[in-house]
Amino acid sequence: MSDDIWILGIKMTKFGKHPDKDTVDLASEAALAALADGGVTMKDMGVLAAGCLMQASAGIGQQLQKQIGQTGIPVYNVANACATGATALRTVIMAVKAGECDMGLAVGVEKLAGAGLLGGGGRAKSDAKTWTPSGRYGAVATTDGRIGTDAMPGVFAQVGMEYGHRYGGASFELFARISEKNHAHSTLNPLAAYSKRFTLDEIMNDMMIAYPNTRPMCSANCDGAAAAVVVSDAKLKTLSLEQQRRAIKVSASVLTTDPWQEACQVLPDVNTLTRNAATTAYEKAGIGPEDLDLVELHDCFATAELVHYDNLMLCPEGGAVDFFESGASWRDGSTPVNVSGGLQSKGHPIAATGIANIWEICHHLRGEAGDRQIPGAKVGLAHVIGLGSACGVHILEKAAA
Amino acid sequence: MTPQVPLVDYLSLGEHPHLVAHQCSGCGARYFDRRNGCANCGGTTFGSAEVATDGEVRSFTIVTFAAPGVPVPFVSAIVDCDGTSVRANLINVEPSPELVTLGMKVRLATYSLGIDDNGTEAIGFGFEPS
Repeated sequence: MSDDIWILGIKMTKFGKHPDKDTVDLASEAALAALADGGVTMKDMGVLAAGCLMQASAGIGQQLQKQIGQTGIPVYNVANACATGATALRTVIMAVKAGECDMGLAVGVEKLAGAGLLGGGGRAKSDAKTWTPSGRYGAVATTDGRIGTDAMPGVFAQVGMEYGHRYGGASFELFARISEKNHAHSTLNPLAAYSKRFTLDEIMNDMMIAYPNTRPMCSANCDGAAAAVVVSDAKLKTLSLEQQRRAIKVSASVLTTDPWQEACQVLPDVNTLTRNAATTAYEKAGIGPEDLDLVELHDCFATAELVHYDNLMLCPEGGAVDFFESGASWRDGSTPVNVSGGLQSKGHPIAATGIANIWEICHHLRGEAGDRQIPGAKVGLAHVIGLGSACGVHILEKAAA
Repeated sequence: MTPQVPLVDYLSLGEHPHLVAHQCSGCGARYFDRRNGCANCGGTTFGSAEVATDGEVRSFTIVTFAAPGVPVPFVSAIVDCDGTSVRANLINVEPSPELVTLGMKVRLATYSLGIDDNGTEAIGFGFEPS
């Protein structure tokens, strides 16, 4: 018996505005669709892991059970910033791998349509009437905007600019062209929040948020959910041939946090933990970056996509600009990246993202991606990063049969 | 003279304003916040280290959209001060990508945030072109 782990069923909802649906509606829709996709029901599930970052204390797992099946199984409500979905999936994978159960369900959901800047960087700031020190820095006043920026568009702008400083060639136009690619890709994705193609001029002349990131170069806040059913190898062998044929092998499932580096508490280091996760994942899967038919990586901002080409070792160290310039990451290139449209265009309902990117890969590996199918796709990689930080990398392979 | 207070406790005022880091006695890692231990080596003893006031811009962004109450535009930067990375605004320079560049040389500068109801003046810091 092998200890392989498989995705049996997986689904994402349409990303975008769902004013008539709450998080439980969206989570239910994704979960029921993933179960149906796998040909199983809640009664078959031995574990449920669920996340909804903006309502992290609400117990989305139990709320979901109360709509689609209170079977008494253990629920793990997880929160890990933008890696919440990948963390839910990884939790289920660990439970199945540990032999606690042979099937489990992972769900991520978020309602973000219309949200502006997220996190501490988005909260209104005002100073007190007296200069009184508080907090871990003994600050007497708001530091956001006085000691750098707390807001994500600027933090990730600095991540990309730092790469440019180190290796050169990273201009405003280059970053905008990365965004142009992802928006172009999304025109083939009916589930994307935005599927409008932008010209380079439109992207560069749109509202500047944090140089060099203009509005279309930032991830799109939207509503959405995604869910996946995980099954053990032994259990899968007892299921129908059709279920076995459509099952996708999880060749590697890795979660890392950021190891200490000089400067990491000044500017989050999103590089080392991604590189560590990718290294471990390639090793576990026995697969190299050159074997990947497609990659969904965490392009929360155009400036982030560039550094992750390098972190995921899709190019030689320092070669991300050349890699992009070669056309490699376009859907007809050698390593298509974010053919879904990525977070910038498909959208980024935070906790759903880390499962939706797995769905995108599975969709291609099953040969079911329609107009945007990457022909003959056999292996893909999905990457997410949550600031703080947590990084999830999953490598997925088509069933051999 | 108006009593002064620094914007953050790691800004040392006086004749030659500078930043002071908590430096791990074990491995030399530097931090600006209150510490419980060293994230690098696990040590729990720290000394004080004066951070160089001259530095080089290793990364920056020009923020033009921020939370309510945060005036824009401003330049947020990561400044390499002789091996110690510092997060700060770039000040006394127009926030434009033509004038702010990667690798530019900068030096620490202070400015007044104003006087509070008790008559105390808060002093902030940034880096200006040198």
